[in-house]
Amino acid sequence: MSDLETFREETRSWLEANCPAEMREPVRDEEDIYWGGRRATFKSDAQKSWFDACVAKGYTVPAWPKEYGGAGLSPAEAKVLRQEMTRIKARIPLSSFGIWMLGPALLHFGTEEQKKHFLGQIARGEIRWCQGYSEPGSGSDLVSLQTFGEDKGDHWVVNGQKVWTSYADQADWIFCLVRTDKEDKYKGITFMLFDTASEGCSTKPIKLISGNSPFCETFMEDVKVPKSYGEGIPAYVGEINRGWDVAKYLLGHEREMISGADGGNTGTVGSAMSRHAAKGGDELDPVLRAELAMFDVDALAYGAMGEKFLDEIKVGKAHPAQPNMMKYAGTELNKRRHELMMSAGGSRSLEWESEETSGGKPSRGWLRTKANSIEGGTSEVMLNVISKRILDLPGS
Amino acid sequence: MPLYHDEDQAMLADTATSFMADQGNIKDQLRHWRDRDCPDGFGHGLWKQMAEMGFTGMLVGEGDGGLGMGHVEAGIVLEEIGRNLTPSPFLTSSVLAATALKHGSNDLKGRYLPGLIEGDSVFAVAIDETAKHRPSRITTRAEKSGNGFKLSGSKSFVIQGASADMLVVAARTSGSDEDDDGITLFAVPKDAANMSHNSVRLVDSSMATHTKFDGVELDGDAVIGEVDGGREVLNAMLTAGRIGAAAEGVGVASGAMDITVDYLKQRKQFGKLIGEFQALQHRASHLYSEVEIARAAVIKAQQLLDGGSEKAELMSSVAKAKVAKTAGLAVKEGVQMHGGVGMTDEYDIGLYMKRDRALQEFLGDAYFHANRVAEMSGY
Ligand SMILES: Cc1cc2nc3c(=O)[nH]c(=O)nc-3n(C[C@H](O)[C@H](O)[C@H](O)COP(=O)(O)OP(=O)(O)OC[C@H]3O[C@@H](n4cnc5c(N)ncnc54)[C@H](O)[C@@H]3O)c2cc1C
Ligand SMILES: Cc1cc2nc3c(=O)[nH]c(=O)nc-3n(C[C@H](O)[C@H](O)[C@H](O)COP(=O)(O)OP(=O)(O)OC[C@H]3O[C@@H](n4cnc5c(N)ncnc54)[C@H](O)[C@@H]3O)c2cc1C
Repeated sequence: MSDLETFREETRSWLEANCPAEMREPVRDEEDIYWGGRRATFKSDAQKSWFDACVAKGYTVPAWPKEYGGAGLSPAEAKVLRQEMTRIKARIPLSSFGIWMLGPALLHFGTEEQKKHFLGQIARGEIRWCQGYSEPGSGSDLVSLQTFGEDKGDHWVVNGQKVWTSYADQADWIFCLVRTDKEDKYKGITFMLFDTASEGCSTKPIKLISGNSPFCETFMEDVKVPKSYGEGIPAYVGEINRGWDVAKYLLGHEREMISGADGGNTGTVGSAMSRHAAKGGDELDPVLRAELAMFDVDALAYGAMGEKFLDEIKVGKAHPAQPNMMKYAGTELNKRRHELMMSAGGSRSLEWESEETSGGKPSRGWLRTKANSIEGGTSEVMLNVISKRILDLPGS
Repeated sequence: MPLYHDEDQAMLADTATSFMADQGNIKDQLRHWRDRDCPDGFGHGLWKQMAEMGFTGMLVGEGDGGLGMGHVEAGIVLEEIGRNLTPSPFLTSSVLAATALKHGSNDLKGRYLPGLIEGDSVFAVAIDETAKHRPSRITTRAEKSGNGFKLSGSKSFVIQGASADMLVVAARTSGSDEDDDGITLFAVPKDAANMSHNSVRLVDSSMATHTKFDGVELDGDAVIGEVDGGREVLNAMLTAGRIGAAAEGVGVASGAMDITVDYLKQRKQFGKLIGEFQALQHRASHLYSEVEIARAAVIKAQQLLDGGSEKAELMSSVAKAKVAKTAGLAVKEGVQMHGGVGMTDEYDIGLYMKRDRALQEFLGDAYFHANRVAEMSGY
């Protein structure tokens, strides 16, 4: 048996022993997702035991090195673990912007002490992070951001406003883009890390069309950010004034995450929707069935793309700008998926609060997907990046 | 297995890329034969060269004198054929017929495989009977007659039928027209009496035949596989052929996209390169994304088939449908972004459009395969 097959066997029995049945059921609501953090509570014993087992094994961040709380798996092993978790429909033990966004940036740009300090906290779900990038005047044109940090020697005094900060009201810390040099647009931004409980930092939730309020306006009024949190642990990632490089690197990972390349966005809808229709005493309209079939072709093809992209990116074979393509294609696909689900669901899917729809899950979910092609960079911006960096088109 | 080419495959891709660009390019092959009204629609010289490269018998088992390679490798060659619009019997002979012959007797293999491997023979496949691909319905009949069979009926759109030294014919030996069972595959030699071809040239300059069988006498040893058990061989042949056609289609799509993106960097209007206009940039970038996804679907299907997975059939239809849509988009956007010159015979983009149209239809179009995906998914 090859090493990989041995690993697969071991993984299977480990999952069998450690992933409770309850954690193999589909996620029904926000509470089924564990985000960690200082204020986090577990919804059930099963959720806690699954989380604890994964932390102990390094499986909240399987591909990170062991010294930073991971399991040090090779790309091939990580793929096997992913496949085996998908096979038994295991839930993700810990969802976290720390894992998906800040972690990769720290692994790449962080100092050794910084990695040990912050990555461990992330892996163990101790600190919940939020992302302070967008501002009211700086969305797609992010580099024009104005939040300013005045240099006071051993600390900065930060003033400004962020917007669309997802879960800022529930997060413990923020990774925040702050202008530290007004003269240089690109080389005048510092990638800062600070506690959202710092004096002068406040958040205000924004209500979305889906009726939920997962994101906030974040205000910073004379927030004091020390330059260091101890020996070898600067309060910024990379260098002062060179945060734009870190910001862009992180965006690559964010886009990869939103794209659903890891299998989060490969679901077909035709067979579920036809069963759903049959259950309600309906039958799929033949033209709708045809659209579902064309969609399923695209979804299965995208599934192969996700697998190929992850295989390639791990060995440096993917174009560095490929996450932008994945994000564009994956989010447009997801929007189409939910449009079709709404159509197939008929009037039932319009119910906003009913028990049958678990509180309007179809319609709220459908509305939420509209943000997919906006958050993390819009589809139009993705197409601009592909034009410039991959197709090398002039003047873009 | 990771979804990219391993070292050997990457080397083969380099070889195939330069060989096809040098020898199989549009000027020297497609335009050359088309402008001479070649009745075959392809060049035998190139076929011989492809044999010397080891391409023609790449799917044939090593025990039978071939290279024993898989569909990832065949797809590498097909993608370059697609990119160069190279007219060649590779897909029908080296993929479809070679897959059928894997199920043939040693006698049949001995009779036909050496010619394929040497590049001396060309094979065709005769499955369709109407203008749309519908292999579930086979009405051509083979009646028992002495030790052999007597074949009657007709096949349509047999690609390179008149050039073929042997045709793989799917016929009914029992049951009724729509039955799954009762199909038998035959290897019908070129010179069989009572077989006649009516040749037609298609939009992409390739040649096809409407072939009639008026009581064609066949020996029992012309049977490929089992009598009445041909459906399985037919399906294997179709799955391989569809994945192959999808690989060729990715080549067509990439070729069309590449020359279009190049054109955007050369043509000036309004004092600017037209590639500076965001309206065109976004469409080109969308196309790039679709081509990438189509290529991923194809390599996934190839690997599943090579690995003997039962999911290969589903993925073959996903790949064929996705590629049909994508290559269709590539050639339509290509002609449009070329403006007026895109409509001229002098520019190659129109040739891509024609080839894509023919390839989309071959072995089932996007609608046929999307419907199959739905059926295989239970709706
Ligand atoms: C659900 C959700 C969660 C989010 N979470 C976070 C978060 O946690 N942290 C954070 O910092 N931000 C977050 N964002 C913000 C997000 O990154 C921005 O919304 C996004 O970058 C777009 O900026 P904008 O909203 O200002 O739109 P604008 O930039 O004003 O864009 C408006 C329209 O113009 C188009 N456009 C803009 N520039 C161009 C161009 N050059 N070419 C063509 N078209 C163009 C856009 O594509 C868009 O269609 C979130 C957004 C959403 C919807
Ligand atoms: C069959 C046929 C018959 C014709 N008959 C005649 C005739 O009888 N008399 C005559 O004078 N002309 C004739 N024409 C020419 C026709 O009017 C031009 O082809 C047309 O105006 C486009 O110009 P072009 O071919 O130079 O393309 P280009 O202008 O080079 O355009 C190339 C591509 O760039 C795009 N593009 C160009 N500028 C922009 C922009 N600012 N923003 C976004 N995209 C842009 C175009 O839409 C196109 O996709 C004919 C053309 C054809 C195909």
